[in-house]
Amino acid sequence: MQLFIEQVINGIGNGLVYGSVALALVIIFRTTGILNFAQGEMALFSTYITWKLASESDGFGLPIVAAIGLSMAIAFVAGAMIERVLIRPVEQARSPLNVVIVTLGLFLGLNSVAQLIFGTDPQLMPSPFPEGNVELFSSGGDAVVVSKDTIGLIAVLVAECILLWLLLQRTNLGLKLRAVASNPDSARLHGIRAGTMLMLGWGMAAAIGALAGSLVASQRTGFDGSLMQIIIVYAFAAAALGGFDSLIGAVVAGLIVGIADALTVQYVDALEGIEVVVPLGLILVVLVILPNGLFGRRTVERV
Amino acid sequence: MSLLELANVQGGYGPVRVLHDIDLAVEEGHVAVVLGANGAGKTTTLRAISGLIHAQGDIVFDGRQILGRSPEAVARLGIAHVPQGRGTFTELTVEENLRLGAVNRTDRDVRSDFDRWYSVFPRLADRRNQEAGSMSGGEQQMLALARAMMARPRLLLLDEPSLGLAPLVTRELFAQLGDLNRNHGLTVLVVEQNANLALDIGHWGYVLEAGRIAVQGDAHQLHDDEAVRKAYLGF
Amino acid sequence: MSMPSDGTGASVEPALGTLPETAAVPAAAPGERPPIWPPLPRPVLIARIVIGVALSVVALYAPFYFTPENNRIISQALYLSIAAMGLNLLTGFTGQVSIGHGAFFGVGAFTTAILMVDHGWTFEATIPVAAVLSGLVGMLVGFPALRVRGLQLALVTLALAVLFPRLASKYVEGAGGVALLRPRRSEFASLIDGLDDDQWAYFVCLIIAVVLFVLAWNLVRGRMGRAMVAVRDQEIAATTVGVNLAGTKVGTFALSAAYAGVAGSLSVMIDRIADATSPILYLQRSIEFLVAMVIGGAATILGPAVGAFLLVWLRRNTEDLIEGKEILAPAIFGAALIAIVYVLPEGVVGGVRRLLARLGRRSSGSAARPGPASASDVPDDSINPGGSHDEGT
Repeated sequence: MQLFIEQVINGIGNGLVYGSVALALVIIFRTTGILNFAQGEMALFSTYITWKLASESDGFGLPIVAAIGLSMAIAFVAGAMIERVLIRPVEQARSPLNVVIVTLGLFLGLNSVAQLIFGTDPQLMPSPFPEGNVELFSSGGDAVVVSKDTIGLIAVLVAECILLWLLLQRTNLGLKLRAVASNPDSARLHGIRAGTMLMLGWGMAAAIGALAGSLVASQRTGFDGSLMQIIIVYAFAAAALGGFDSLIGAVVAGLIVGIADALTVQYVDALEGIEVVVPLGLILVVLVILPNGLFGRRTVERV
Repeated sequence: MSLLELANVQGGYGPVRVLHDIDLAVEEGHVAVVLGANGAGKTTTLRAISGLIHAQGDIVFDGRQILGRSPEAVARLGIAHVPQGRGTFTELTVEENLRLGAVNRTDRDVRSDFDRWYSVFPRLADRRNQEAGSMSGGEQQMLALARAMMARPRLLLLDEPSLGLAPLVTRELFAQLGDLNRNHGLTVLVVEQNANLALDIGHWGYVLEAGRIAVQGDAHQLHDDEAVRKAYLGF
Repeated sequence: MSMPSDGTGASVEPALGTLPETAAVPAAAPGERPPIWPPLPRPVLIARIVIGVALSVVALYAPFYFTPENNRIISQALYLSIAAMGLNLLTGFTGQVSIGHGAFFGVGAFTTAILMVDHGWTFEATIPVAAVLSGLVGMLVGFPALRVRGLQLALVTLALAVLFPRLASKYVEGAGGVALLRPRRSEFASLIDGLDDDQWAYFVCLIIAVVLFVLAWNLVRGRMGRAMVAVRDQEIAATTVGVNLAGTKVGTFALSAAYAGVAGSLSVMIDRIADATSPILYLQRSIEFLVAMVIGGAATILGPAVGAFLLVWLRRNTEDLIEGKEILAPAIFGAALIAIVYVLPEGVVGGVRRLLARLGRRSSGSAARPGPASASDVPDDSINPGGSHDEGT
């Protein structure tokens, strides 16, 4: 039983990572209708910037929390610029596949430039959370132990979701963002500066990605250019599973994917080496039954 | 001086010229009706006013040249454009659609406007938390009108509001429009194929043919003029 | 007084690029095929004939002129173009976005490799088997794909591409204990005296590519092609005119998977390896196919081939460009992709068509009707959320 709980918690830890990247994907989708394949590499680049800002030996030595905050701000601006300069001109040609190509180009380019600038050696990212563990409860003997990092991650993610939800659902700005995603031409006719909203959407997603990447890197013993490559696949899986309209869906789905993965690794020997079958298979099954994902809203199509 | 004046307006899509020398004026507090067959350029005229397409000439609103401005800028000047197809925000609820209409307003009367338009269109009130895209064409048209009115516009541009609506619903819609104009002083420029209903509430009418103004005159006279009716209006 | 003529209403804008072929061809009577030589403007016709002849000559002479290494590269471009064409059938024409065709490619490659290494088959005999097997897998994927749309479908296919190498490494064991098979070089020897091995390989690829492209062209021109485009552009309306939605989607999935499988099979001959040790290799392949299709021109016949060659050329040249800073190669490649999509949103073939159409208009006088070239300038005439298109006024 204890092993089970520990694996679940393990899975939650990974799942939070997947969920936070999925969140960025969903934000871009909900505000611009685009699937951003470069999300992971954008996060990677920002992670390197965080490291550069925080590193005592190679960088500016800022306190880690400040470094993350600053990196998020930089990412916000960069994301907005990317939208304006690279994405929008191509999107206006009204070909969604072309936008996919651009994000793929970004995917390739960002990874390689990051390695060029920051080098290929693994680097250390300090953690913003206090060290140590917390005991959850003792069931006859051994206590279940959770690291403060995990709790910190959970807290950050929950806070993110709440803030984003409030922004999108309860503010005028959020309404404008969603309007532009829904019907950009009509939004213009209501005096909404559609271009600005698109830039905001990308900026937000980039900032969220920067946070996610920095936190992920801080949980590992070292990170390098490959940090996001497998994560992005799981994050995509989580976003699809949760349904692209839903913020909560992204996080919950991320948790499900993480937990399923961890449990499979632990308990299902037959699938050793191909544990990735489980989250992927899960998605397939769920999507076949619920085509809009677990939390997606059914969109009515009127012809 | 008219609230809206178009002079020598040319416009179209890329290399395709649709409008040729359009001269048009809308007096404040009036309903101007633009009629014509498919392809005559009615929708294009509205899009030129809103800045959705490139145009040449003069488009003057309240004394200010608005030609060349972006659609957002034109909207912020007080022109509300309800496009063909209604421009519904399908994934948002009815209530959110209405909120969008008022999203650039800074005054405090937004809440009371909600109440007002819900009472004018009770069916919208019934469906206020429903996804807008799941409503019928008529309901979406009502929504589009209410949404436009939430912006408290000075000029309302309506593109074929009767398109796809049942006759009874169309009648109701035009009755509302007429009321808004007569009792609340709303200035309207409505493009229609349903000439009968439009001219009934109108003050001045234009008939477009192949991108030019073929006939214009007092709306009721146009309505009663047999020759014009037979030639252009089909009834 | 006569009614005014129809103005220039907005034309239907398919989401993935126009289909100039059918736009230029007069509507065929039901059951009839459009003529092979549609009434094209003069310059276009002449250009086509000249290019066609020139290309044929080049294609036939090339392997004798180039070194074996270069022949190998050209052959790579050939099998890449087959896979891209397969994807084009599914994504370009039928509108089902797939980033998982690398998996079907892998199925084909491993089918061939396993049959050769473990069962001693001759290479050429494995090709049809690979095609059928990958086609079957494609069909299996096609069925659940019916329920899943758009973005989710793209992600499911991405999952497939990631899954495949893992599955392969679990169940396939090569000589080194990993999922890597290397059939012997001698297995691919030329079957014709006078042709070197690399030349033979090239011709095999060329002939298969030509056959498959002609097949695709035929398909697209006919009833199935119209059904595919109908499914892409307006699915709900398509069902109302009797298009078998499920049949079209699943069938196209199977066919496009078969194409990818053939490409995979050919790749074993050219690269002499079937390799599942890298978890992202087949995802990269999927992306290659997609890129080739888009930069060449989606929903065109020549597009995938043009795109494949362009892609291979780009890759080679970016590698050469940066000596010492190899790490920048993907960045330059990525930048090139973005630039191409910027400048030629309809791909190379689309861009060339536009150019020729404009030349055609100029030569036939100013009274020419605003043809397909300007179709993409005309915006949606109605601001519609769903994407249905009303008549313009």
